[in-house]
Amino acid sequence: MTVLYFAWLRERIGESEERVETSAATVADLVAELREREPRYALAFSDMRAVRVAVDQELADLAAPLAGAREVAFFPPMTGG
Amino acid sequence: MSKVSVRVQAEDFDLGAELAALRAGRTDIGALVSFTGLVRDVTAGAGAISALELEHYPAMTLRALGAIEAEAAARWPLRASLIIHRHGLLHPGDQIMMVATASESRAAAFAAAEFLMDYLKSRAPFWKKETRPDGAHWVAARDEDEAALAAWDR
Repeated sequence: MTVLYFAWLRERIGESEERVETSAATVADLVAELREREPRYALAFSDMRAVRVAVDQELADLAAPLAGAREVAFFPPMTGG
Repeated sequence: MSKVSVRVQAEDFDLGAELAALRAGRTDIGALVSFTGLVRDVTAGAGAISALELEHYPAMTLRALGAIEAEAAARWPLRASLIIHRHGLLHPGDQIMMVATASESRAAAFAAAEFLMDYLKSRAPFWKKETRPDGAHWVAARDEDEAALAAWDR
C-alpha cells in the first residue's frame, strides 16, 4: 500500500510518500511495524494522541482494518480555515 | 435546488466576484452570508508572523470539503454554498479561505456558514506552518475548535 505523511510527521520521517509491503491487519499494527524499522519512525509515532490517520482518504482510527486498503495517511490534527 | 461547490487553489480569489457569481441569475436567494479567513501577523505571545505555509492532502481535501458541504445542505435549506481554500505560501493580510452560504432567509445562512467553518477547522486536511522570529512552527490544533465541532452534535 501507499503510506503518506503530512506536516511534522512528513518532516520527522523525511518523506511524504512511500510504498510499504505489509500484512498488518489494522492501523495500529502498521504503526507498530513502522516503529520497529528505524528511530525516525519511532520518534514520529511516539505519541499517537498527536497523530490522526486516514484510510483511503477517510478519517479512521487506530483500530481500523487495513484489508483491501490502498492508501494510509498519517498527519497531525488538522488546522484549516 | 442547492448548488454546492468547492475549490482548492494556490491563487487568490475575489470575494465580490465569487458572491456575484453565486447568486447570478437567481431570485430565490434572500440571504447571502460570507466569511473570509485572513492571515494575521500576530499570535498571542509568539511574536510577529512573516509567512504562513499551508499544506494539504489533495486526494482527501475535495472529498472532505464536499462531505462537509453536503452535511450543511442536509441540515439547512440552503440555495447555494461555496468553499474556497488556498494552499501554498501566504503572507499577513492575504486571504486564506472563504465560505459563502445562500438561503431564503438569514437564520439558515448564518448557521450554515458557522457550521461549515467549525467543520473546516478540524476536519479538512490542511496544516499551517507559521514563520516567526524564533523559526518556523506548525500551528497546533486548538481544543476550542474541537469543542465547537462537538456542539453541533448536541
